[in-house]
Amino acid sequence: MITNFEVAYKNLLRKRVRSLLTIVGIALSAWVLVSLLGFNKGYEAALNKDIDNMGFSLMIMAKGCPYEAATMMLKGGTGLKYMKESIMTDLAKEPDVEKITPILMSAVFDPNKGESGGIAGYFGVEPKSYSEMKTYLTFRQGGWFIDPKAFEVVMGYEAAELEQREVGDMILMPEKNVKFKVVGILNRTGTQDDGTIFAPLKTLQTIFKKPDEITTIGIKVKKSADSTSLEARLYQLPDVQIVSLQQVKDTIMKLISTAKVMVLSIAIIAILIAMVGVVNTILTSVWERMQEIGILKTIGAMPWDIFKLIWTETLILCTTGGVLGVIFALILARVTDILIRSILPYAPGGGLVLIDTKLVLITLAAILCIGLLSGIYPAWRAGRIRPLEAIRSEVNA
Amino acid sequence: MNQASVSLDAINLTKTYRRGSEEISAVHGASLKINKGDFVSCIGPSGSGKTTLVNLLGCLDNPTSGELFLGGRQIFSNNGHQLSEKRLTEIRREIFGYIFQNFYLIPTLTVIENVMLPLTFFRKPGTEQKVTGLLQLLGIEHRKDHLPGQISGGEMQRVAIARALVNEPEILVADEPTGNLDSKRSVEIVKILKDLSSNTGLTVIMVTHNLELARVADRLFEMRDGGISETTTLK
Repeated sequence: MITNFEVAYKNLLRKRVRSLLTIVGIALSAWVLVSLLGFNKGYEAALNKDIDNMGFSLMIMAKGCPYEAATMMLKGGTGLKYMKESIMTDLAKEPDVEKITPILMSAVFDPNKGESGGIAGYFGVEPKSYSEMKTYLTFRQGGWFIDPKAFEVVMGYEAAELEQREVGDMILMPEKNVKFKVVGILNRTGTQDDGTIFAPLKTLQTIFKKPDEITTIGIKVKKSADSTSLEARLYQLPDVQIVSLQQVKDTIMKLISTAKVMVLSIAIIAILIAMVGVVNTILTSVWERMQEIGILKTIGAMPWDIFKLIWTETLILCTTGGVLGVIFALILARVTDILIRSILPYAPGGGLVLIDTKLVLITLAAILCIGLLSGIYPAWRAGRIRPLEAIRSEVNA
Repeated sequence: MNQASVSLDAINLTKTYRRGSEEISAVHGASLKINKGDFVSCIGPSGSGKTTLVNLLGCLDNPTSGELFLGGRQIFSNNGHQLSEKRLTEIRREIFGYIFQNFYLIPTLTVIENVMLPLTFFRKPGTEQKVTGLLQLLGIEHRKDHLPGQISGGEMQRVAIARALVNEPEILVADEPTGNLDSKRSVEIVKILKDLSSNTGLTVIMVTHNLELARVADRLFEMRDGGISETTTLK
């Protein structure tokens, strides 16, 4: 016996191009939807990872724009303020502070970076305190520099890939015309450390003529500490600014929420257009087959049978489109990632679009619900067709 | 076929339509009785009301007034009550099979799938096993896996007949079944209907313009101006 599903499926084959275009419309909207939901999930996860992987929960920097410095920590930037390294001594006495590490951020313009040049970020660090705070850093080749005044660097994974450098190679710092020997290359971390070049703190202070000055102090707070009261105490230090990384994260998420609303609006519009497309396709098909549907009723089909038949056609279109859309989204997640990165002011490292099983199921359920809703009207109209009307429309035709 | 004795008894069937302010009487006062296994044909000029009458007899439409009994069971009464589309469908699928001038086969379904299509919606016990026999009876078994576009018009009408018979109706309503066929194929189709009536006890009501074909029936009703003007027994 032929089933309701087979009849519905074969009906859709009658106008293959029309069915295909409708499926493509649904697939595109499913793709947008799953990518957007994946972005919502992925961006926050990537940002959390980026910030958590910094290894410290507070940063102290010279008074100025704290977010500029925070952004530099994450992405690179200019216009930095400097503070005295001696502040470290006061911080070390603070009982709620577990670890501290000084950082001198510096940036030089590298004309060979990208198509029209770009900023190369150099971090002056003390290997011992820095690596204690960032325990996830491991080496692909070599290790940290030993001599605090050596002209040696450790390159992040991507920086080394970009420069095509191995341990033992030399690199030239643009603008300053200083050569460094590469002594270590880090494994990929999925954070901004991948694009950074690390040099001994004292060496960079000498090169940039900033003796005893630093831009940032990373602080790891004890788990038992009261962060709020600690921040209040740290504000008593002269000419410094305290940046809580949670605060940075919240600010970035607020900025991103605008982009999310925009993309969500586009997704909703795309879904509405797809819905109208489905209704149009099915309704046109119902009108074209009016006589045939009437005949189905003469051979025993109840209104509910016709409703089910037309509804099944809608569901086949929507399910096929939804599944294809999810497959597109999974295959093209990397492309979506690149597109989103190109429009965002700041994008954390790692994948921005995170598509998991739960998300796929939610999207398919949403598309299916939309399909069910879209199919109600055409199916209802088809169910109401009377056989006699069909026969008369034949006479009038 | 169902062995229950089914006869059709129509008393004073009337159907009027409104077209704007005008009232058109398509059928008025039509009374006739058809016994089980009868093959009756209905002829008449265009607009004489023959199709409207057959639609009423085949429960495709409610009459404006009049009564209809099927196998002694009253279907339409004179109380003005109109049967719902759902109720009409229930009656139709239990009792009637239909064929039309256009075959209305689904082009993407094979011959056998088209024949079995009614079983998707309604199935009398044991009918599914008899489909092959039905195709053999109508001489289209060798075409069962073909699509409608791959067979001739005569074969398509045979498929439509098979589809109408798959649920073992007691009455077959054939509205201009040869309207789209050449004379040779028309004779073949009417012969099939005649044989079905004679051999299986199927009651056949056929509407046609063709007097020669109509004369194959046991009885002939002639319609004129919405009424039955003459009844001729041919058997």
